[in-house]
Amino acid sequence: MAILVDNNTKLITQGITGKAGLFHTLRCHEYGTNVVGGVNPKKAGTQIEGFPVFGNVKEAVNQTGANTTMIFVPAPFAADAIIEAADAGIKLIVTITEGIPVRDMLDVHEYLKKSDSILVGPNCPGITTADVAKVGIAPGFIHKKGKIGIVSRSGTLTYEAVHQTTLTGLGQTTAVGIGGDPIHGLNHIDVIKMFNDDPETEGIVLIGEIGGSDEEEAAEYIKSNVRKPVSAFIAGSSAPKGKRMGHAGAIISGSKGTAESKIKALQDAGVMVALTAADIGHQMCLALRERTGKCHCNNSEDCKY
Amino acid sequence: MKLLEYQSKALLLEAGLPVPDSIHVINADEVPDALNKVTFTEGVVKAQAFTGGRGKAGGIKRYSTPEEAKKYASEIIGMQLVTHQTGSEGVKVHSALIEKAGNAINEFYLAVLLDRAKVSPLIMISPEGGVDIEEVAEKTPDRILRLYPQYGKPLRDELKTQAADFLGLKNELKNQLGDILQKLYDVYLQRDATMIEINPLALTNENKLQLLDCKFDIDDNAVYRQKNSGGDPNAEKTEAEIEASTYGMSYISLDGNIGCMVNGAGLAMATMDSIKHNGGEPANFLDVGGSATEEAVTKAFEIISGDSNVACILVNIFGGIMKCDTIANGIIAAVKSSGLKMPLVVRLEGTNVDIGKKIINESGLNIISADNLDDAARKAVSLTKK
Repeated sequence: MAILVDNNTKLITQGITGKAGLFHTLRCHEYGTNVVGGVNPKKAGTQIEGFPVFGNVKEAVNQTGANTTMIFVPAPFAADAIIEAADAGIKLIVTITEGIPVRDMLDVHEYLKKSDSILVGPNCPGITTADVAKVGIAPGFIHKKGKIGIVSRSGTLTYEAVHQTTLTGLGQTTAVGIGGDPIHGLNHIDVIKMFNDDPETEGIVLIGEIGGSDEEEAAEYIKSNVRKPVSAFIAGSSAPKGKRMGHAGAIISGSKGTAESKIKALQDAGVMVALTAADIGHQMCLALRERTGKCHCNNSEDCKY
Repeated sequence: MKLLEYQSKALLLEAGLPVPDSIHVINADEVPDALNKVTFTEGVVKAQAFTGGRGKAGGIKRYSTPEEAKKYASEIIGMQLVTHQTGSEGVKVHSALIEKAGNAINEFYLAVLLDRAKVSPLIMISPEGGVDIEEVAEKTPDRILRLYPQYGKPLRDELKTQAADFLGLKNELKNQLGDILQKLYDVYLQRDATMIEINPLALTNENKLQLLDCKFDIDDNAVYRQKNSGGDPNAEKTEAEIEASTYGMSYISLDGNIGCMVNGAGLAMATMDSIKHNGGEPANFLDVGGSATEEAVTKAFEIISGDSNVACILVNIFGGIMKCDTIANGIIAAVKSSGLKMPLVVRLEGTNVDIGKKIINESGLNIISADNLDDAARKAVSLTKK
């Protein structure tokens, strides 16, 4: 099962001929993803590393039956690329590009209201279903097939969570990086709903950061709807107010978006919150043990790897 | 990118919004000439600096003669302005805006900003002008009206009516407000603003609405297409922050003594959090980016060690696409070429991590290897406490 990405995924890359686009297309292919081609209007009709290049997304869909796209198009043109993909009927649009202006994302958001397409990102590492398929830039080898669903706003912290759940032996169903921008596609809450409904997912890790109110809303949802154990980490408890911490979305404005408010909301919802990023895997073990009464990890004696 | 008041007002004027007559001066010697160009004789000299609360801090002075205006301008320009919004070191005053003095009989609050949760621009209005809006939101939240425009369409008349009723404005003033709301919303979108705050929006004794003060933030991701906005994207950055950005790195200087070099914004924040959690203080936020080159890593060491407070450096890299042995070699080369003397704690994780650690341990340099993020933070903190 898992979510979003699996054996039925037929992937194209928008921006396949760029350096990053090609590099990661090849890594996705190696991981086992069914890559069916790419798009670049200037190189239509050619091939790159054996993948056919199409002039537009519609053509790619018609010729290959692609249902998923991974976007590496530069920021000034990325919003158009997302809309083009939705227009062509692509079901899952994973946008890796960072630096897309907010106004462009407002246009995208407005457009997607009339569409069935699911957007993930922008400015995200993508999605990996362990040992099955990967769409994005996450290092494949850190994943291990297992029972934990991971959703994260930060790229490298997604890798931390994956790595730690691999070390504990719990493994992952799917890891989803939703991105660090103020306006993005799937939110924490959307992905948590999917994990909650996925029979293979037995526990959920939520990685958030300062800024916005995604995590608070997810906490509300978890409180009343999620029976699976959830652990979390919120980055940025030491960040000063009013300073943008790398991600466009990671900023505390006024009294809103602080780590404290997010941690409190999650704890109130029964979520086990890791106080440092090194403790994410361990907190997931504890949350699972608390809920099921037995230890699931490699080192059950003290439950600490 | 934040704009200064005079830059903001130029954009508002261009959009046809009512702002008071004014003229901008870079230094006090320009004041006599500048005053010859304007029609008003009494006014205010306003410090141009990235902070609110200027009036109470002595950054806004009322004058009635040209000599007075020049005297205030010379006092204000270049001063370190300390307000309740700045730290004790204050912010430097860039220049001054000389503006016609208004006679406000009432002051309102007006802002257009992004509501992230609703994924929509939001117009915020309050009859409580001239005060801190956060205080109003906390103490009397019913004194704030939130209006959501329909994206991609002009404002509905119904929204304009709601706004006018909320502020108690009728007839001609209601029309003026409606016009201001529409134009402000348009300039918000056209200029890729993330926030425009008008505080106060004044009602003058001539029965006119006027935008007296303005904060204007432009989306950093859209600066490339707003080059004619007058703003300087580096205005608020330190030299080190500017230098880092030319290497594709994001650097923010902080007050502590443990320098940090990390890949990824989330992991960089988490590293700072861990340092604090273990009783230390981070000296900076630094995200070297996803595919840091040896050149960038060398530059990062230079920037971090350029901060004289730094007593120890913590490197935390999750090598996903890059291999740990490559990163380890890069760190060693960078340490050698920059002649770094202070202790270095390195935490590597990812592909070929064992080879990477071995390279570090056998380098003969003053580098301490750590097993995980928390271990690294603990080791760095204990080094600075010796």
